[in-house]
Amino acid sequence: MISVRNLYKTLGTQSILSGINLQIKRGETCVIIGRSGGGKSVLLKHFVGLMKPTSGEVLVDGEEIAGLPERKLGAIRKKVGILFQSGALFDSMNVEENIAFPLREAGIKDLKLIREKVAEALEMVDLGGEQKKMPENLSGGMRKRVGLARTIVGRPACILFDEPTTGLDPIASDSINHLIRRLQKRLSVTSVVVTHDMKTAYHTADRIAYLYEGRIYFLGTAAELRASQDPIIEDFIEGRSGETD
Amino acid sequence: MILPFLGRTALSFLSYLGQLLLLVNETARALVVSPIRWRLFFRQLVEVGFRSQLVVVVTGGFTGAVFAAQTYFQFNRIGMESAVGAVVAVSMFRELGPVLTGLMVAGRVGAAIAAELGTMKVTEQIDALRALGVHPIDYLVVPRALALMISMPILVAECCGLGILAGYFVGTKVLGISDAYYLNTMIKFTGARDIKMALTKGFVFGLLVVFIACHQGLNAKEGAVGVGRAPTEAVVIGSLSILIVNFFLSFALNIFYPGGV
Repeated sequence: MISVRNLYKTLGTQSILSGINLQIKRGETCVIIGRSGGGKSVLLKHFVGLMKPTSGEVLVDGEEIAGLPERKLGAIRKKVGILFQSGALFDSMNVEENIAFPLREAGIKDLKLIREKVAEALEMVDLGGEQKKMPENLSGGMRKRVGLARTIVGRPACILFDEPTTGLDPIASDSINHLIRRLQKRLSVTSVVVTHDMKTAYHTADRIAYLYEGRIYFLGTAAELRASQDPIIEDFIEGRSGETD
Repeated sequence: MILPFLGRTALSFLSYLGQLLLLVNETARALVVSPIRWRLFFRQLVEVGFRSQLVVVVTGGFTGAVFAAQTYFQFNRIGMESAVGAVVAVSMFRELGPVLTGLMVAGRVGAAIAAELGTMKVTEQIDALRALGVHPIDYLVVPRALALMISMPILVAECCGLGILAGYFVGTKVLGISDAYYLNTMIKFTGARDIKMALTKGFVFGLLVVFIACHQGLNAKEGAVGVGRAPTEAVVIGSLSILIVNFFLSFALNIFYPGGV
């Protein structure tokens, strides 16, 4: 579904990604883990053309998107949706208008159909009946759910999750983890989840990629990651900084 | 020491100018290749045009009034008080009306645009638009640019009109200049060329305000400081640009709309 070849990204003078090679298979859930500020979100944004690589290739369904101008990325963005870390809801619109936005932009004018699709999307994220609320009246978890409803309402083939549980309490995080898994089964979508939360990684992943110093340091299943004897991987999954009091 | 500094300043100025021109170019392209979102355009028309009227007419009215009074105080000494109407009208149309409207709109509208777009940028709302296949220029810049292109000449006309009316009131009713003399000299020395100059300047200043403000908003840096800086810089750069461009525009437009009888 998504292939990345020799991807390099430099921001200013700082090298963020240093030769990433990764292939996301159709229908799988691939979780990218790594330390905060390690370039996970930067890598994710390349998958949907929100960032251009310094060099390298990004292919979605075999089509190279890295060099495409903004106006030609529309078709790719119908296939690949993204849930942003904060939900990125439009704060001038209520929940219903936010979710209806992609439908209206796709040219759907039938208000009844739009309302039905919005209600269905909200039901999928367990938020039925919250259509008229404004984003400022939603909790962090609800914002992410509404953001997710807006992402799935257009039925993309692939969903990218940028830190879906960051900033949420453990119960809300667990609920989001289940939701990701449920959506994956119900919609048969390909999912890429970026997180540093190991609970999310273990719960949702078919495969886990560990991003370390700008490269994919490890790629395998959750069981293989757990069984790894590599001290760098062990330190990360155990949350050991190496510092002492 | 001074040369590298001057070089860096010139380079950063040219780079800024280039970015601004790219934004103008992309907006012009969007007008051709993408449908106009009329609902957003009308909303902006109300926001930037209709709601700016009070500040603009108050500015124009009091400027016209005080300008008439000051001109009277000076001209009265040499017995030329009847020329006050002409001086107020020509000055309002050719300089004061467009410049003051531009400055007020840069303050009110420019700051609001930069703050709104800056907030959208740092809260990933602009990335969300892009991810949903909507070009931010089409959705955010085009409606605002069109609204200001249409609103600014109208606001300038209102500012000038109120200024001239207030000047007339102060000149004839407060300071006792003869109605007939006031109106006669005003009509004699004011022509369509002055009105055209005012409207042209208004249009150009509208473009300056909207593109500078949108550029600052779309390029706001992360965090509260970045979002806070965007409107401040939009107002400062917008106001200075209006004053500087006005100088050159006055000379250029004087070729097309020469002053005098």
